[in-house]
Amino acid sequence: MSLEKAIPVKINGVPHELLARANETLLDCLRQHGQFEVKNGCEKGDCGACAVQIEGEAVDSCLTLTWTVEGRSITTLEGLNDTNKPHPLIAAFMEQGAVQCGYCTPGIIVAAEEMLRETLNPTDDDIALALSGNLCRCTGYTKIFAAIRQAATVLREGGGND
Amino acid sequence: MLSEFDLEMPSDLQASLSSLPYATPLGGGTNLLVDLRARREKSKRLVWLGNIQAFREIKINAQQVSIGGGTTLSDILHSPAMAEAAPSLFNAARVFGGQMVRNRATVAGNICSGSPAADTVPPLLSLDATICLTNAEGCRSVPLDQFYTGFKTNLRRQDELITGLSWLVPNSNTANLFYKLARRKGDAISVVGVAVTVTREGDRCTHARIALGSVGPTVFRAKDAEAILAGGLLSEKLINDAAQKAMEQSKPIDDLRASANYRRHSVRVLTRRLITQAWHSLPEKTAHT
Repeated sequence: MSLEKAIPVKINGVPHELLARANETLLDCLRQHGQFEVKNGCEKGDCGACAVQIEGEAVDSCLTLTWTVEGRSITTLEGLNDTNKPHPLIAAFMEQGAVQCGYCTPGIIVAAEEMLRETLNPTDDDIALALSGNLCRCTGYTKIFAAIRQAATVLREGGGND
Repeated sequence: MLSEFDLEMPSDLQASLSSLPYATPLGGGTNLLVDLRARREKSKRLVWLGNIQAFREIKINAQQVSIGGGTTLSDILHSPAMAEAAPSLFNAARVFGGQMVRNRATVAGNICSGSPAADTVPPLLSLDATICLTNAEGCRSVPLDQFYTGFKTNLRRQDELITGLSWLVPNSNTANLFYKLARRKGDAISVVGVAVTVTREGDRCTHARIALGSVGPTVFRAKDAEAILAGGLLSEKLINDAAQKAMEQSKPIDDLRASANYRRHSVRVLTRRLITQAWHSLPEKTAHT
């Protein structure tokens, strides 16, 4: 059995140590750490419910071994919110009713946020590409697309947190 | 819960290579971790390749493309020059897995796992890619076309890594296309994947590649079909004959995604469509530079 190691990481900007053995995934460690916004779905990289960003890049935390993120910055859904104001994506999801059961939402917003840092004028193809690793079984994606378009508009007009 | 294993975290290529004889290389992990969880993969020792510097380098000049063994599918999509230098590979990257998988999965890993449905392999075969297999003693070049020996078996020895791949940039008289037929546009395993390369000199096709995925134990080139096109005066009949031959060379199986019959039919239709599209995208007059 491999030893448990303390892995220093930043979670949403705050330094922490995650205790993990070699075979433990970032998904399990983050949830043990109390990050319940990171959801456990399929555990094989199909559903995207466990998506987090590592150095700004969205990954499936169920397919990421904790040891491999030593020293890295991890951003979950909660890290996208300003303390005073929800992130424009989160606000848009609420306004557009893009949440039904909500299980897929944290992963979708994490994936969409990565795309919006590359382009604030996403086409529907861009959105589909960004969300290609996220499954929603409730809403049929129409409102999710609408929310992402709305968030892009808000951010284009300078309505972000900064 | 994953079964128990040890994880080595070497910081450079040499250290990784010295671990390899006793360990399974872990690249993006998008296949390996799924297989470990399903207990299909029973390795007790993994070696993480993510700390190797410059392993994700993409180099493109006027003649040649080379990419490092750690290059991810997202790295391909973030390289605007790749859309010109390897259109088929660029398009395969767009329909590969989902966004989070593309951010992690490596081209070399996709080649090594050896699935007949591997999306990057038909494009790379259509581009005549060569892979560099490296062990502690040095590197050997193997044409990708000779790499596979059977279903999920290949020439990589336990102590070797794919450290790089390279191919020649297609010239302006060459078109290179890929189409993935699948149940969805994203996050899907291919039903049939077809990549073609066609070089046009006037009315003559001087060079042809047809690579087929998900219709045999490995991805393979339909060489008899290529031979029908190469050197010939291209006509609708010639294209039909080549598409028919590609279908005859396919050996698909029935599975949950499609029947063998549907796959054979799709090979014929897609080969015909892609060759036709490639041909008409090329100038009739050869531009001599």
